[in-house]
Amino acid sequence: MADSTHDGHASRRDFLTLTASAIGGVGAAAAVWPLISSMNPAKDTLALSTTEVDVASVQVGQRLTVTWRGHPVFIDHRPAEEVKAAQEVDISSLPDPQTDQSRVKKPEWLIVVGVCTHLGCIPLGQKGTDVRGEFGGWFCPCHGSQYDTSGRIRKGPAPKNLEVPPYAFTGDTKILIG
Amino acid sequence: MTAPASQNRLVRWIDHRLPIFTFINHELHEYPTPKNLNYWWNFGSLAGIMLVIMIATGIVLAMQYTPHATLAFDSVERIMRDVNWGWMIRYIHMNGASFFFIVTYIHIFRGLYFGSYKEPRELLWMLGVVILLLMMATAFMGYVLPWGQMSFWGATVITNLFSAIPGVGEHIVTWLWGGFAVDNPTLNRFFSLHYLLPFVIVGVVVLHLVALHTHGSNNPLGIDRKGPQDSIPFHPYYTAKDAFGIGVFLIIFCAFVFYAPNFLGDPANYIPANPLSTPEHIVPEWYFLPFYAILRSVPDKLVGVLLMFGAIAVLFILPWLDTSRVRSARFRPKYKWFFWLLLADCIALGYLGHQPPEGLMLILGRLATAYYFIHFLIIVPLLGIIERPLPLPTSISAAVLGKEKH
Amino acid sequence: MRKLVLALAGAAALTLGAVGGFAADTKEAPLPKVKWSFNGVFGTYDKAELQRGFQVYTEVCANCHSLSLLAYRDLGDLGFSEEEVKALAASHEVTNAEPNDEGEMFKRPARPSDRFVKPFANDNAARVANNGALPPDLSLMAKAREDGPDYIFGLLTGYKTAPAGVTVPQGLYFNEHFPGHQIAMPPPLNEGQVSFSDNSGSSVENEAKAIAAFLQWAAEPNLDVRHRTGFKVILFLLGMTLVLFGVKRKIWKDVH
Repeated sequence: MADSTHDGHASRRDFLTLTASAIGGVGAAAAVWPLISSMNPAKDTLALSTTEVDVASVQVGQRLTVTWRGHPVFIDHRPAEEVKAAQEVDISSLPDPQTDQSRVKKPEWLIVVGVCTHLGCIPLGQKGTDVRGEFGGWFCPCHGSQYDTSGRIRKGPAPKNLEVPPYAFTGDTKILIG
Repeated sequence: MTAPASQNRLVRWIDHRLPIFTFINHELHEYPTPKNLNYWWNFGSLAGIMLVIMIATGIVLAMQYTPHATLAFDSVERIMRDVNWGWMIRYIHMNGASFFFIVTYIHIFRGLYFGSYKEPRELLWMLGVVILLLMMATAFMGYVLPWGQMSFWGATVITNLFSAIPGVGEHIVTWLWGGFAVDNPTLNRFFSLHYLLPFVIVGVVVLHLVALHTHGSNNPLGIDRKGPQDSIPFHPYYTAKDAFGIGVFLIIFCAFVFYAPNFLGDPANYIPANPLSTPEHIVPEWYFLPFYAILRSVPDKLVGVLLMFGAIAVLFILPWLDTSRVRSARFRPKYKWFFWLLLADCIALGYLGHQPPEGLMLILGRLATAYYFIHFLIIVPLLGIIERPLPLPTSISAAVLGKEKH
Repeated sequence: MRKLVLALAGAAALTLGAVGGFAADTKEAPLPKVKWSFNGVFGTYDKAELQRGFQVYTEVCANCHSLSLLAYRDLGDLGFSEEEVKALAASHEVTNAEPNDEGEMFKRPARPSDRFVKPFANDNAARVANNGALPPDLSLMAKAREDGPDYIFGLLTGYKTAPAGVTVPQGLYFNEHFPGHQIAMPPPLNEGQVSFSDNSGSSVENEAKAIAAFLQWAAEPNLDVRHRTGFKVILFLLGMTLVLFGVKRKIWKDVH
């Protein structure tokens, strides 16, 4: 009867059962993949991943915020002395050592993503009346991270400098971000 | 319930505190199943698979869909065009509704043929009818979500059914709409309920299974299991058989999803909803057509609505309408023919539901509607009294071994 | 088991046959059955044909019909390079979604991420310009009609002189495939109207075939990948089902 045969033929059907289980497992995984993949950015979202901005009207010392991929991008028209100060910092003393030159394409224009590298808050410093912290850059109100005029982390819990987005000058004052 | 004799200490540790392994062993391995189930018994597990597929695809679709009258249509098209694999997930969900109904209808007719609704499985059957009702509500509200012409006018026509209720009908319809026409509030609440009801279905399915496992499956002979020689453990026998059935089913399902995804749908639903213009030929999806035919065959609004709901209500009381004590149609020479006549009648109703209700179509619709109710209310009760069933085999194993003689 | 299936099929056939004979006849002429490159299990779009169709759309249809669900970036599917798509987009002007710093809405050249620019500002403007008839959006036309591509081809080649006894009101045209036969759209395609760079001929049929294929792509841009994926999926399922059948047979071997 059925029950007595159950164990006797176990080994004979082992290989076939195992193959079937393996194929079934592969199939199930392949079926789940599109469901997971659908949660990645869609084509229309990816197509919006560039922002064009004209900075002709931004005076020296002024800062401008534009949106790129849903995040603020800080554009700082830096005065010569700020640039000089930023370039003269001894980078070996920094938590995330980077030279100012490596973070800009034109020294007077600093362009960084305005998202604190600690936990994603927006640092203060874009408005003239904002607290800018000890280093004259940006100050994150969430956990007190302080950035300098090159957007580098100087003090506080953030591990990295403010990220520099991919961008290019398409004209004298025209910037394509993304 | 006995615990599996597991060598694994962790399994024993867990099982001692939370006996899930004992439970699984009891419901799958020890659970005795008649050994003579045929392939018509596969459709229960197929319906279960469809429910899982619908919920899985539905959850990710809901992440991309926007339930707003001005945005819904475009958000569905965004899923079709821009979302990664969105076209596939949406086509699976769209055709999945049809295939869920196909397997469920076959499951129901299997129950009708083999008498699976009879004592002691009345509640099992009634829970199944509840699942059918929930499925219909879910499918109807889901069809509204793309906000095409058929979505909008289907919603308008079906919600207007409730205006047939004397006195309070108009108020109920306004309440259903959340306004004075099908509009954004209606779409929003349909989305909310369309997300909720499938999980209610899951709950009722669990009850359906509890009821099933109380007395076990019926079988093609319709006689009770007499002892261990009549049964085999569910696992591995029926898990293997169900898995094979699922494979065959998925091939047919995928053929539609990938090569004829719009075959079962209506082209008009690719036209955005327009509250000022009704398409000239409104029909529901195919799975509602028989009910739609019943509705339209009656010139009186209230009676039409009552008959349509009555077509399902009659299934609820079927276990008591059927006076025959023999379950399987194999041993009921007359009932067998009336079963096929009922199936033909339901298919005819489906066809007539798709035709404009004029002239001959209307007359045929009325005849088919009348026969549907005559079958359940007159023929089935009478047959149990006048029909002489064939002699039943003494046991399942006796019948299986003596197969050649049949 | 087999008897059951046969009986079921028989019952269905009988029922349908019995009532099928009375189906109301459709008044429209039967649609031409075009052999499309995208038909069948291995069907794919013919990119050259789609580009010709896009040319017909731009030069003819786009004067009245929108294609609002498409973005210029989608044209990459037709085989245009990224630069070509950018240039195609930039030849149209769109109103920016956000106002400028002075708070005024302003126009700018379209980008690939922008949707196709509509010929009219809104439906009412479209009606006024077209004798009160609204030219429908064409994004989903190939799916919004039964046998969409055949229907579009049939409609565009179906303008005839009205048969004797049929009077067509002023401003309407007789078309043997349009429901009711009277269509407000004047015959849009003429012999030699669109000159294709690939010398594929500018007969009305060729123009109609190209635009119908293009509109099918517009309605179902993922058809190619759907056919490819489906083939792989079904092949896999066939293999899996075969193995599962073997497993079932082996397990059930000893049940009597």
